[in-house]
Amino acid sequence: MTARAHSTGTMAGESPAIRDAELIARILAGEREQFHELVRPYERSVYLAAYSILQNQQDAEDAAQETVLKALKNLSSFRAESKFSTWLVSIAINEARARLRHARVLKFESVDESPPDEDGGFTPSVISDWREVPLQALERKELRQLLRQAIASLPEMYREVLLLRDVEEFSIAESAAALGVSEGVVKTRLLRARLMMQKILAPQLASKRSGLFGLFRNRAGGSWF
Amino acid sequence: MVLDCKHVWAQISDYIEGDVAPELREAIEEHLAHCRHCAAVLDSTRNILVLIADDRTFELPVGYSDRLHARLQEEIAGGE
Repeated sequence: MTARAHSTGTMAGESPAIRDAELIARILAGEREQFHELVRPYERSVYLAAYSILQNQQDAEDAAQETVLKALKNLSSFRAESKFSTWLVSIAINEARARLRHARVLKFESVDESPPDEDGGFTPSVISDWREVPLQALERKELRQLLRQAIASLPEMYREVLLLRDVEEFSIAESAAALGVSEGVVKTRLLRARLMMQKILAPQLASKRSGLFGLFRNRAGGSWF
Repeated sequence: MVLDCKHVWAQISDYIEGDVAPELREAIEEHLAHCRHCAAVLDSTRNILVLIADDRTFELPVGYSDRLHARLQEEIAGGE
C-alpha cells in the first residue's frame, strides 16, 4: 500500500493535529497564504469524498474547490475538539450532497433515497477458496476499472462510508463525524458495503484471474504471489 | 459459542476491524478453521479492501492540485 495522504506534509516528530493547530493559528493571525499548506495533505480526501457522492470527476473537482474556499472563509468557526481533516471532509460531503440534490431537482428525480433494511438479508458470494490478487495487479487498468465500477454501483450511503473508511482510511469515529451519523451506523453500513463489494468482485476477480491478470502468476505453480 | 455461516458473515466487518469481544473472536476463528467457504469470504473481502485502499485505484484528475491552489490563491489574494 502506498503512503496515505493524511500522513504527508508533516514535519518529523510533529503530529498532524499539532501541525494543523499551528497553521490555523497563523492563518487566523493574518498569514492567509499558509492555508495552502494546511489543506495540501487532505486534498485527496476532499476530492474522493466529493467523488463518492457525485460520481463524476469534473463535478467532484468543482465541489472540492468550493470546499476549500468555504473552509478558508469559515476557518474561524472551526473548533479544535474535532480534527481539521474531519471538518474539511464534512464540508466536502455537504457540498457534494447539496450539488447532487440540486441536480436531482433539475432532473425531477426524488431526493429521498429509501433506506434499505439495515439488519440482514444480505449474503456474500460464497466461494470455496480464494487466491489473493496481488497489489502488482493494480498496474492493470482493467483491475482498477473493475474496482471503481464496483464502488460506483453501491448505493450512496454505502459508497460514502467505504470511501472514507476503506479508501481514505479514516477511523470509524472520524468517518462518523464526517458523515454526521453515529459510529454504530458507520459500522452497520460498512458491513453491508464490504459484503456487497465482495459479492460483486469475488466472482469477477476469480473468473478473470487467468485472462486479465495472468501476467502476475508466478512461474512455479501459477498461483498469486 | 457455536456460530453458523450467517453469524460469521454478520460479524466479518467488525472482525476485520479487530472490534469483536475475545469470546466471539474465538468462536469466529473456530468456525473459520473448519469452514473453507467462510474462510474464502474473509480472505476475498480483505484482499478487496487492500486493493481499493491503494492510491492507484483512485487517481486524482491530472492538474487537480494545481487548479485547486490556483483558485485558492485568487481567493486569498482577493480577500486581503
